[in-house]
Amino acid sequence: MERPAWAPQGIDISVPSVSRMYDFYLGGSHNFEVDREAARKAMEFMPGLPKIMQANRAFMRRAVRFALDEGVTQFLDIGSGIPTFGNVHEVAQALDPQAKVAYVDHDPVAVAHSQAVLEGNDRAVIAAADLRRPEEIRDHPDVSKLLDLDRPVALLLVAVLHFIEDADDPQAAVAALRDILAPGSLLVVTHASYEGVPVTREEAGGAVGVYKDIRNPLVMRSRDQVGRFFDGYEMVEPGLVPMPLWRPEVSGAQENEDPYAFAGFAGVGRKA
Amino acid sequence: MSIPAQASGAPDAEPDGPEDRLRRFATIWSRAIFPSTATSMTRPEFEQHLLPLARALSDTLHARPFDPASAGAVGTALVAAHCTDPDALSSTLGVVDSYLVLYCGSNGPVALSTEDSRSRSARIQHAVAGGFSQALRERTLAEQEAIARSALSARSHAEQALHATEARFRAVFKDAAIGIGIADLDGNLLEINDTLTRMFGGLENHVLSHRLNEWVHPEDTPQVWKYYNELVRGEREHYRVEKPYYRNDGTVLWTNLTVSLLRDSDGRPEYQLALMEDTTERRLLNLRLRYEATHDALTGLPNRTLFLERLEKALAAGDGSRFGLCYLDLDGFKAINDSLGHASGDRLLVEVADRLQSCATAPGEMVARLGGDEFVALTTGPDTAAEVDELACRLLGVLAAPVRLDGRELTVRGSIGVVEGPAGERSAAEVLRSADITMYRAKSAGGNRFELADAEADARAITRHGLTTALPAALERGEFFIEYQPLVHLDDGSVHGAEALVRWCHPQHGVLGPDRFIALAEHTGLIVPLGRWVLEESVRQANFWQERHTDGGPLRINVNLSPAQLHHPRLVAETVDVLERSGLEAGALCLEVTESALIGADEDLLKPLRQLADMGVDIALDDFGTGYSNLANLRRLPVSVLKLDRSFTQGMQHHPADPVDLKIVEGIVSLAHSLDLAVTVEGVETRAQAEQLRQLGCDTAQGWYYARPGAPDRIHSLLLADAV
Repeated sequence: MERPAWAPQGIDISVPSVSRMYDFYLGGSHNFEVDREAARKAMEFMPGLPKIMQANRAFMRRAVRFALDEGVTQFLDIGSGIPTFGNVHEVAQALDPQAKVAYVDHDPVAVAHSQAVLEGNDRAVIAAADLRRPEEIRDHPDVSKLLDLDRPVALLLVAVLHFIEDADDPQAAVAALRDILAPGSLLVVTHASYEGVPVTREEAGGAVGVYKDIRNPLVMRSRDQVGRFFDGYEMVEPGLVPMPLWRPEVSGAQENEDPYAFAGFAGVGRKA
Repeated sequence: MSIPAQASGAPDAEPDGPEDRLRRFATIWSRAIFPSTATSMTRPEFEQHLLPLARALSDTLHARPFDPASAGAVGTALVAAHCTDPDALSSTLGVVDSYLVLYCGSNGPVALSTEDSRSRSARIQHAVAGGFSQALRERTLAEQEAIARSALSARSHAEQALHATEARFRAVFKDAAIGIGIADLDGNLLEINDTLTRMFGGLENHVLSHRLNEWVHPEDTPQVWKYYNELVRGEREHYRVEKPYYRNDGTVLWTNLTVSLLRDSDGRPEYQLALMEDTTERRLLNLRLRYEATHDALTGLPNRTLFLERLEKALAAGDGSRFGLCYLDLDGFKAINDSLGHASGDRLLVEVADRLQSCATAPGEMVARLGGDEFVALTTGPDTAAEVDELACRLLGVLAAPVRLDGRELTVRGSIGVVEGPAGERSAAEVLRSADITMYRAKSAGGNRFELADAEADARAITRHGLTTALPAALERGEFFIEYQPLVHLDDGSVHGAEALVRWCHPQHGVLGPDRFIALAEHTGLIVPLGRWVLEESVRQANFWQERHTDGGPLRINVNLSPAQLHHPRLVAETVDVLERSGLEAGALCLEVTESALIGADEDLLKPLRQLADMGVDIALDDFGTGYSNLANLRRLPVSVLKLDRSFTQGMQHHPADPVDLKIVEGIVSLAHSLDLAVTVEGVETRAQAEQLRQLGCDTAQGWYYARPGAPDRIHSLLLADAV
């Protein structure tokens, strides 16, 4: 008898995973040939893709430091992927050993890998859940056990919202998460966009096509569209900007940045 | 490449001193490899990170003895700082080759020769490359192993979950209380569960060897196969029907069948899923309940419910249809039941039912038991006019042979009312009532026969029935009134008293005489309250006359007593009560009792009459001469008046009178007088009659010759006339 339709999908590592492609862009080896093949194909259209990922990691590190400076010591990182290096718990717990980090991902391999990495760390957990069903995240016992939702939380949606199609209503998911967070919570977002990409739209579209082919469509959104995810939040200075321009730690550093780093948008909002 | 003038950093660095030169080397190195690193450190941080590595290289350059292996750690450290890109290594080697000796060559305690420097630099580069490669290889292997292990663990996790789901599904499939089968679109069954196999009789092969579309059953609803074909063509997602199947032993399995179409991930029809609930038992139970609800438990014949259904159907049938109905009631069944007991009575009914059932042989004929000893036989079709007579004859015929019961032979007879007619004219209730009435007519005619319904007889009976049911309300509403007919002394023509005669002023039928309703009132028991009202009313009236007419001697009032009143235990008490309350003396009251009511009367029945007579109330024997006139019995009856029936006086209406009649009346009068009884005659209509009866010695008379019954004030005026 064949597998009934309601049984869970098995793990098919012959299909590329965006988490493992991300790891490959960052020079990691937590990937398989299918992942590398897809990543190389995307890089044929946008050779500087790794720089975008690097800029993402750098922005995230600055945002985590900012949150700790603001007194927010709880982190909810959704779409955390394969933690190659510079992960939220590494950055946060290096500065404040009491910081708590809940990772969420729906890729079972990423979840298994995170479990291995986080073993022995009682202030960091990984929960298997999907951003498209925020109630799964809210009700996940590991999340609710670690995080005190009555106190402010930094919600990180870094390089994840652009993997959710409009049909799945990411706006509603983000709003639902906002509603479970306490006032003073922070929303940290980066999002892919055709704006700021140092190549033609056709070339960028080629890379987008690769993600479509591996059934993980990349949804490029405009600055306005990304800004709408911050409904109910007050934007923190300098607002929604290209990643290198968000609170650089070294003045003038952006002049030395790779042009690819300016693709897409980053921003942080504070819930009133 | 330009040489940076000053690296940012420690303030203690003496310009162009060894420390400053080391920092400048680190700055050059950082600029060279930063673009190819994946670190998330900022440039200053990264440069700071490289500084100790630069110092290690410088120290190695000057170390004595020279040991290049320690430079391997620098390559390892680069990998640890995520400088894993091959460009990072080649850039690093280029920077060491070009700048290490230049910036750090003079930092050591002993100056190195140029050749020594170049040789040491080259060997340092070899060591850095070796360390980097070693570290990168280890890191790559470790990460590959980690991700492979993660993939494996995720997969086994998913498989466990899948396995658990499948195990649950298996359990549901296997242990479900309903039958489940999965078939392809050609109807081949791919898998069935045990319940389904059991439902079909227990042989799996029996089920699997047939395709779904081969399970045809004569009782299939027409839609079943239409739905089936729509489903396998993908035009229907599911259907639900009640469907019978043959089990492997040939018996029938009834199911509630639900079939759903299963599609593949692209939406193409793939399988059909059948869920079957065994409803055989429930269906049998329903049939049995239906049977029990429509059949008589004792005889197994259809009961009233089923009979009425059939009758209504027959009456609702279209043009030209007729129906014939025989309504049969056993004659004297109550007596059999009372004498032999109910158990024997029941056995008799069963035997009768069997015999009657055997009469209904043609299609459209049925025999049913309505209850008790009432049976009906129905025939339908175009020729019921002839058939129903034959049916009635057959019914009486099968009862002709005696029934053997407990060693006795019992003769059972029945009376049948037959109604026949076209469909669509009368309701079932009307037909049944007509049949019932007609049956009673057959019974009154002596039983063991059938009578045909006719509208007039029905109408009479229906009126009778209507009057019976209207009686109690009529008494409450005061629809009864009393007329008085004078009793006259034959010798002088003076008014002796009056007989009270009750009338019913019926709202539809007008004024009705006692012959129309007294028997009904007697039958229902209403005669008791009605009789009491008549007594009260007439005694009150008599008292009224008494008071107004004190000089004309005592005026008597005659009131009729029915047999039921005679048996009523409070007759004496109530009569006394009525007299006392009105103030009328007992001697002014005469109660008339029919001769037939006293036939065979025992002392218990006579006792109240005797008590009344002792009090002074006259008792008249009414209709004397019509019954079995037991003259010898007259002596012991407490009567003081004989009222001769009008049949004796009819022969005297004309002159000359019938001599036999004269002799009889003369004899009776003589007998009566010798027993101290007064004689009253009724029905006096002519002067000749009156004269004749006076000569024969009769005491008093009443009849149209004197006055018809009338309102009380007419008696009053007669009395006044009398007195003049």
